[in-house]
Amino acid sequence: MRRSAWTLWLPLALFAVFIGFVAVQLADPAQTEVESAMIGKKLPEFVLEPAVSDRPGLATADLRDGKPRLMNIFASWCAPCAVEAPQLAELQRRGVEIVGVDVRDRPEDVAAFLARYGNPFARIGKDDISEVQLGIGSAGYPETFVIDGSGTITYQHIGEIRPEHVELLLEKLREAEG
Amino acid sequence: MRVLLAILALALTAPLAAQDSMPPAPYAYRQLDDPAQEAEAKALMETLRCLKCQGQSIADSDASMAGDMRHQVRTRIADGESPAQIRGWMIERYGDYVSYKPELSATTWPLFAVPLLLLLVAGLVVRRRFARRQG
Repeated sequence: MRRSAWTLWLPLALFAVFIGFVAVQLADPAQTEVESAMIGKKLPEFVLEPAVSDRPGLATADLRDGKPRLMNIFASWCAPCAVEAPQLAELQRRGVEIVGVDVRDRPEDVAAFLARYGNPFARIGKDDISEVQLGIGSAGYPETFVIDGSGTITYQHIGEIRPEHVELLLEKLREAEG
Repeated sequence: MRVLLAILALALTAPLAAQDSMPPAPYAYRQLDDPAQEAEAKALMETLRCLKCQGQSIADSDASMAGDMRHQVRTRIADGESPAQIRGWMIERYGDYVSYKPELSATTWPLFAVPLLLLLVAGLVVRRRFARRQG
């Protein structure tokens, strides 16, 4: 029986391609960040009770007054949320209005957290059952959303805001204005 | 002995939980009163992926976010929404990622087509081999 050389090597070649795929996937593990599919869409309707006594609560109606702002998803029990505190303070200092959604938190815990790391929020809503978080497609803490003046989500920042992200967020806020 | 104690101490420490200490949402663990509705909700929960753990459905996960998602599913079912509507609501927010049920779409069809194609090719090769041997 005559065999041509290339058909003999074909299974091995296919196997090599398979190993190649495995190696590439191993070297570059799957992305673990889940992006929101709500970018470009309106915020869902919600009304959240105040999380602390010295700031009002948060409702969709507060977020369509024509002014773009940041909506920060945080919690006192979330370690990276403390890491981004100086950057939120910097953004606030540069004139950005930041509203907070405090997820699954106790009033005394969040009050202590804000006393320790600073309170850059104009409003803080208390989201005890992750209602707003699920409603905007957020899958972790912290996350920061740019909301334009009509209550549309225009940008999502996943994870803590590091110093190099401040300019980017300011840029996204300017875009939301335009 | 000291080594044994150290190992024991390591084995017994709980990992520092990056979890909240809040009680779960009302319907995270509580079943709906109507068994038919609960069965519908349970079936739907098995097709939704836990966003925190990613290798589990929200029916199997103890993450608090999965509990909050179960609460959404159960309260929406109780309010008369259909499982398809609720699935749609989740996918509208998290994309296909939240789906824990393989679905045929523009991006996923090769996953279904390629194995069938390979099976077909293998079948043809085997048939040719056997035909040659007999002939």
